[in-house]
Amino acid sequence: MGNEVMSVLKKDYIYNLMLKGKRADGRTFDEIRDIDLRTNVIDKAEGSAWIKLGGTELLVGIKLQVGSPFPDSEGEGVIITSMELNPIASPDFEAGPPKEDAIEMARVTDRGIRESGAIDLSKLCITEGEEVWIVFIDIHVLNNEGNIQDAASLAAIAALMTTTIPGEREGRGEDMPMPIRDMPVSVSLVDIGGEVMVDPDLDEEAVCDSRLTIVSNQDGSISGMQKSGDGALNDEKLLKAVSIACKKASELRETHLLNI
Amino acid sequence: MSDKPEKFIDENGLRLDGRRIDEIRPMKMEIGVLSRADGSCYLEWGKNKVLAAVYGPRELHPRRLQKADSVLIRYRYNMAAFSVEDRIRPGPSRRSTEISKVSREAFEPVVLTHLYPGAVIDVFAEVLQADAGTRTAAINAASVALADAGIPMKGLISACAVGKVDGQLVLDLNKPEDNYGDADIPMALTSDGEITLLQMDGDVTQEEFKKAIEMCKEGCRQILEIQKETLKNKFTKLDEVDISDEDEDVDISTIVESTLEPSEDEETEDQDEGSDEYQDDGSAEEDENEDDSVSEDEEEDNEDDLIEDSEESIKRINEDDPDDEEDDA
Repeated sequence: MGNEVMSVLKKDYIYNLMLKGKRADGRTFDEIRDIDLRTNVIDKAEGSAWIKLGGTELLVGIKLQVGSPFPDSEGEGVIITSMELNPIASPDFEAGPPKEDAIEMARVTDRGIRESGAIDLSKLCITEGEEVWIVFIDIHVLNNEGNIQDAASLAAIAALMTTTIPGEREGRGEDMPMPIRDMPVSVSLVDIGGEVMVDPDLDEEAVCDSRLTIVSNQDGSISGMQKSGDGALNDEKLLKAVSIACKKASELRETHLLNI
Repeated sequence: MSDKPEKFIDENGLRLDGRRIDEIRPMKMEIGVLSRADGSCYLEWGKNKVLAAVYGPRELHPRRLQKADSVLIRYRYNMAAFSVEDRIRPGPSRRSTEISKVSREAFEPVVLTHLYPGAVIDVFAEVLQADAGTRTAAINAASVALADAGIPMKGLISACAVGKVDGQLVLDLNKPEDNYGDADIPMALTSDGEITLLQMDGDVTQEEFKKAIEMCKEGCRQILEIQKETLKNKFTKLDEVDISDEDEDVDISTIVESTLEPSEDEETEDQDEGSDEYQDDGSAEEDENEDDSVSEDEEEDNEDDLIEDSEESIKRINEDDPDDEEDDA
């Protein structure tokens, strides 16, 4: 977040707008930018999704491989999530191994999917203790205009919902759809000196005190949360953020996921 | 590893390790345990053993990382290879990178970063033995180590986790609860109750989450008391030792000497031990120790117009300093 060199003037501008209840791009505090979500965009992948959230654009591809399970969960498949902040997406991104921002966002996305039980991992077991399906979720960021986190989470679950497990190709029985049980959706909010607002754009992300990501499920329960950024939050703000996020998540789920 | 227990909480409302649901594990702290670090703290919390050290504020290299208006805080959370059941590969992992990031951010709101522009404060947290809740343990130790190093802060940070087992919220998860529980919510709080670290995974309702914050606050209050007590123990003792200290007379002569050279301030005192060692050695060794070699360079630049005698006397006084430090320890 600290990458963008941000003038004090701009920070003042965003802050002063906030005091008037406004945002630079004219949105309300609980308004998410326009979303364009398309699935099955990469034929070679077992599942894929392309998303444009405001100006932020990224691709999620799902690949499956047969591999061995973890020793502590022998009857369950494995999820591996990685994110690449591709240098084509921003002047601030550099090629090379993922840095902490990319690792953090990938892990938050991963936890949302894992902890919500969105994938029935026991159905990904081929022979217990020996062979299971390994689900690779690769998030490829193409353009960064802020809030990569929410775009990634939404595209990841969309891509998983369209995934076919390639049983025939790998000689492991028939093809079957990914066993999806839930649709976790992440909503991020930033705290800009007093008010929380959803779906921060690049400038808001750069000037915010702290940022909160909340992943919630169909039944309204919360399956993941992460505070990042240099600020502190009080519980009033936090609980407000949680309730906004759960509400927004269910709207997103209805408009973008239920029709897949 | 052991299998999932059938029940986490018994009929009497006690947990597997005999604690109540709102009770933290016994915690022990000791500070000033490392002689070379500017501040340090050793913490035992349940079976966790964590060692935290603070170096700085000190000069930051490479220079491009310097922040013009504030100090840079670096936080390294690291687990020893032998700290867990199955050996873990040494070096940073994705997990430790993430923990380091959020832990650093947990301290940003309280450290008065604007006081040392361009410098760095390094916080190292080493997990020697892990038994659930290491990131919060590391934060508790690091917080005290920062205070021990005399870093100006608005207050201490205390951290604790709340989790869910058998459908009930519990404070400060133990290992089985962490492994097989339904949720884990680590939090770090300022002494005013502001939240500076928050993570969560698992499954809780909004209501449960609200209650979790309250429980965590209570846990952190208890931890804060232990942290304060630890600090008081050291610094009240130090006062007694320091009262009739002859060393200060020696320092005055140093000050007189160094008035010849305005930029020769306290920073050199911190680094003298290292720099003396290779004062006469080749440049190859200087490269090995970035931080020291840099101050060395600056010293040389600044000392161009100094008389050699005064340079030597500074050196001599610097050599005396290690003894002073031993007294403290």
